[in-house]
Amino acid sequence: MLDDFFVRAILAGVGLALTTGPLGCFIIWRRMAYFGDTIAHSALLGVALSLLFELNLTLAVFAVAALVSVLLLFLQKRQALSADALLGILSHATLAIGLVMVAFMSWVRIDLIAFLFGDILAVSTTDIALIWGGGLFVLVAMAWLWRPLLAATVNAELAEAEGLKPERARLFFMLLMAVVIAIAMKIVGIMLITSLLIIPAAAARRFSSTPEVMAVLASLIGAIAVFGGLFGSLTYDTPSGPSIVVAALILFMLSLLPLRRHRAVMQGQGS
Amino acid sequence: MLSPAKTLGSVRAEPLVSLENVGVLRNGRWLVRGVDFSVSRGEIVTLIGPNGSGKSTSAKAAIGVLKPDEGRVERKAGLKVGYVPQKLSIDWTLPLSVRRLMTLTGPLPERDMLSALESAGIAHMLDAEVQHLSGGEFQRALMARAIARKPDLLVLDEPVQGVDFSGEIALYDLIKSIRNASGCGILLISHDLHVVMAETDTVICLNGHVCCRGTPESVSRSPEYVRLFGSRAAQTLAVYSHHHDHTHLPDGRVQHADGTVTDHCHADDGHHAHDGSHAHTHDHSHEHDHGHAGHDHGHAGDGHTHPHAHEHAAGDRHA
Repeated sequence: MLDDFFVRAILAGVGLALTTGPLGCFIIWRRMAYFGDTIAHSALLGVALSLLFELNLTLAVFAVAALVSVLLLFLQKRQALSADALLGILSHATLAIGLVMVAFMSWVRIDLIAFLFGDILAVSTTDIALIWGGGLFVLVAMAWLWRPLLAATVNAELAEAEGLKPERARLFFMLLMAVVIAIAMKIVGIMLITSLLIIPAAAARRFSSTPEVMAVLASLIGAIAVFGGLFGSLTYDTPSGPSIVVAALILFMLSLLPLRRHRAVMQGQGS
Repeated sequence: MLSPAKTLGSVRAEPLVSLENVGVLRNGRWLVRGVDFSVSRGEIVTLIGPNGSGKSTSAKAAIGVLKPDEGRVERKAGLKVGYVPQKLSIDWTLPLSVRRLMTLTGPLPERDMLSALESAGIAHMLDAEVQHLSGGEFQRALMARAIARKPDLLVLDEPVQGVDFSGEIALYDLIKSIRNASGCGILLISHDLHVVMAETDTVICLNGHVCCRGTPESVSRSPEYVRLFGSRAAQTLAVYSHHHDHTHLPDGRVQHADGTVTDHCHADDGHHAHDGSHAHTHDHSHEHDHGHAGHDHGHAGDGHTHPHAHEHAAGDRHA
């Protein structure tokens, strides 16, 4: 019953979801959702540059995303503009420049929609290898960075005073974000990448007692969303990337239900 | 007149950290300048000063979080720091129990974790989420975390903020016992000018620079201090050296000095020994109240004799 392309899509999607879980947790703990969006939008500039100079697409996207995140780190330190305004400027500037550049290149025909919203059903075995290889690298790096990143999330000065290197951890985290965006672009597309980072992590919060549990749960919930979204997409003939996001959203909303009841019980006991 | 107090004097080893003429410049403004001090093993140094006087900045320069723009900071090689920052907000989305908070910056033997929580009086909160703790409990948890890692230097940036008065005294007792038990150096920051720990060896009064320094008593008498904080503040600078006749257990019961445990600490329960008519009245701006509910030290009623000694510094009026 399952076509080959569908199995490939599941493999790619699950590989990505497992990777985005722990990163997504840090995105919401550190309130970096808008930051994630900005890095993702800069991916289109990477696409345009790769077409213009005939570079490897994934590498070009990674390079631009990494450059933008380092630029953001630098500009935030200068504190000339608020972080919010900086993100707003960079987010839309990179997206717009990318779109304009693509429009100028009349000699290339690209499916812009595939870049913006993903085309998971078109992933090749090479893509899958890239997703799993890159994903494994990201997860190993996250395990290595875990303690300084978590301590810096609680308080950067405390982490530094007690001998960890929060600045370095933050820089590496940004670079890992760039890696994930480069490998995720094909699957859910530039516009929807951050949702795959944030929504599973948010859904996992309610069931987590420690940061580590939350990271694992976020990965699992993301994988379930990929399954649900792809089957939904097959059944109802809906676009695959958005279907995955909708599935994740449904899981998030379900995660809210038992908590309400739990809280009501606790309040009842309290009064 | 006011030389740095060296109460432990003769046998003091090289300082854990020493600052020499340190200045920190931010956005063209000197946050502090010309700061000199050092903290040695077993020494408690207290930085006091008004808001924006550079207390936190100096402490951060001492532990290397801020790089000084002039002057020198020397830390002993391999110095292990325990730090309780002034402001710490943890996003609700981060699930963090007290237990997990304890191992935030490094692994910890279970035994050390439990004994640190025990001495901070929050062992019963081990599995509570930090977001559910009250201000005082959170402050204790942070303190427990810092001492559990057995630091050489403990840096406490306003550790008693959000803690009620009896809790404040208990925390000062805890700080004292940490120093006595572990022999670590302690750098304490306080804007609470009228309460300075009796055990403080050196008080450094900052206002963008070092105004004056010395023992708590000598600082409170120094003209620089009086000019900075007003004579009223100088009069009410109290140095606490408390002996409690009862201890509040974590579960809400009360253990008295005679070893008995009761549910409350009523004045007439026979566990408090005080002459009902205190010979002195206090003139603290913070209302060191001997008559407040639940902590009543002040009535006769039995034959026990409990020491309840207050030492008050200059200006404390005894009627």
